[in-house]
Amino acid sequence: MSILKVKNLSVGYRNLNVLKDISFKVDYGDYFCIVGSNGSGKSTLVKCLLGLIPHNHKGKIEFDVSTQEIAYLPQINTIPREMPATVKEVIMTGLQKSGKRLPFYTKKDAKAYKSTVKMLDIEKLAKKKIGELSGGQLQRVLLARALCRKPKLLILDEPTSGLDEKSTGNLYSLLDKLNQEEKMTIIMITHDLDDVKFCANKVLVLDNEGIFCGNISDWLKIRREGHCHHDH
Amino acid sequence: MTIDMFFTILTQPFVIRAVVVGVLVSLCAALLGVVLVLKKYSLIGHGLADVGFASIALALALGVTPMYISLPVVLIASFIIMAVSQKKGVSGDTAIGVAATTSLAIGIMITYLGNGFNADISDYMFGSINAVTTADLIMSIVLSAIVITVYVLFYNRIFIITCDESFAKASGINVSIYRFLISFLTALTIVMGMKMMGSLLISSLIIFPAVTARNFASSFKSLVISSAICSVICFLLGIVLTICFDLPTGAGIVIVNAVAMIGSSIYGKLVKKN
Repeated sequence: MSILKVKNLSVGYRNLNVLKDISFKVDYGDYFCIVGSNGSGKSTLVKCLLGLIPHNHKGKIEFDVSTQEIAYLPQINTIPREMPATVKEVIMTGLQKSGKRLPFYTKKDAKAYKSTVKMLDIEKLAKKKIGELSGGQLQRVLLARALCRKPKLLILDEPTSGLDEKSTGNLYSLLDKLNQEEKMTIIMITHDLDDVKFCANKVLVLDNEGIFCGNISDWLKIRREGHCHHDH
Repeated sequence: MTIDMFFTILTQPFVIRAVVVGVLVSLCAALLGVVLVLKKYSLIGHGLADVGFASIALALALGVTPMYISLPVVLIASFIIMAVSQKKGVSGDTAIGVAATTSLAIGIMITYLGNGFNADISDYMFGSINAVTTADLIMSIVLSAIVITVYVLFYNRIFIITCDESFAKASGINVSIYRFLISFLTALTIVMGMKMMGSLLISSLIIFPAVTARNFASSFKSLVISSAICSVICFLLGIVLTICFDLPTGAGIVIVNAVAMIGSSIYGKLVKKN
């Protein structure tokens, strides 16, 4: 069963077509990677799915889950480094959902926060200011913010950019664990498919010549054979 | 001035009214200032104050109680500024700059064509504690109750919008509504404090406390609380000093706030070095 269906999606800025007539679907439990060269429209696609660039796309985007069940980890940290906010304050914002307007967090929220920081091993960072964190720590905090609402679908935009090898490895094993054990569906934009070829099962390749959408093993086989089959 | 004289002045009804109004305005301005300063939108206070000045000039020329005109006009202006600044191609400071200078020009023109610059308009420009009436006091209590209640009720939402708008949008939160809410609350605060602080100086109550508190705040919550405390202390110190030395109140309060800000910046730099 599909958690996301995209049909004939085209996205443009003024007269420039960033994405043209793209169709694909993501099933529950998938670990779905989006790859492509710089400027191929990977981030635009994800932002469009999340409604962050409204009113300039054509086609259908159908989620089988509500916005509350989707979590997003952006490519660039959008929190200003000088923001005087603690790690705990930032992570707790992940528990704010569109329909929920309670002025205070509940006990259930506090429990969700505790279990998430424990899982990501960042309990000791709780009182640190967001601007005092290293790149790897910040990424884990932002991931905690995305995960604390227990999403069914996690969307990540190049989560390893700016991370060292060790932090990258840790992040990938965590994502693999979430996908395998928690059955969380993952959509991830990635620069290097080789890093995730053993965990991810599907891939969407965007490049100037066309798109490929299918099993990651099929794509790797095509790539190994040195010729590219393009599926529109 | 002897201590007896000082206490005699301090217990005068007009001074008590001014102190209550000032504390409420300082509190509301500091709460909103945290958000506006962090979002680099602090000049909206100045823009709305200039709109307020134009509306007061019009009210005085028409012989109407200023509040009846300034409250709706400033509220409408806050919505227009926010709506225009959300449009692509128009930045927030441009929208504020246009609204502020145009309003100031209209205000000056109305004043010139009307009765000219008199004591009333001067009070509204530079502020005066003598000008605060019982009606102003009641209105300030009502408006500040609205501002503080809404701020506390939507504190978590206000924080997420201040901290990371993109994440808030991706979480399905209607960011625009909260931007308008902040703008609306700022407009109420400006209208409340204009008579006491003066339209030229009221925006300082929004900017200074947040900048001062930022140097020693360890979290967003502590920034909000320390900004509020700092604002009220600076106001009380300012009003006491200006009464003692018979100086203009609004200007005195701004100078105390400026000194506190410089002090906290030095403290912040020393702490960073160590």
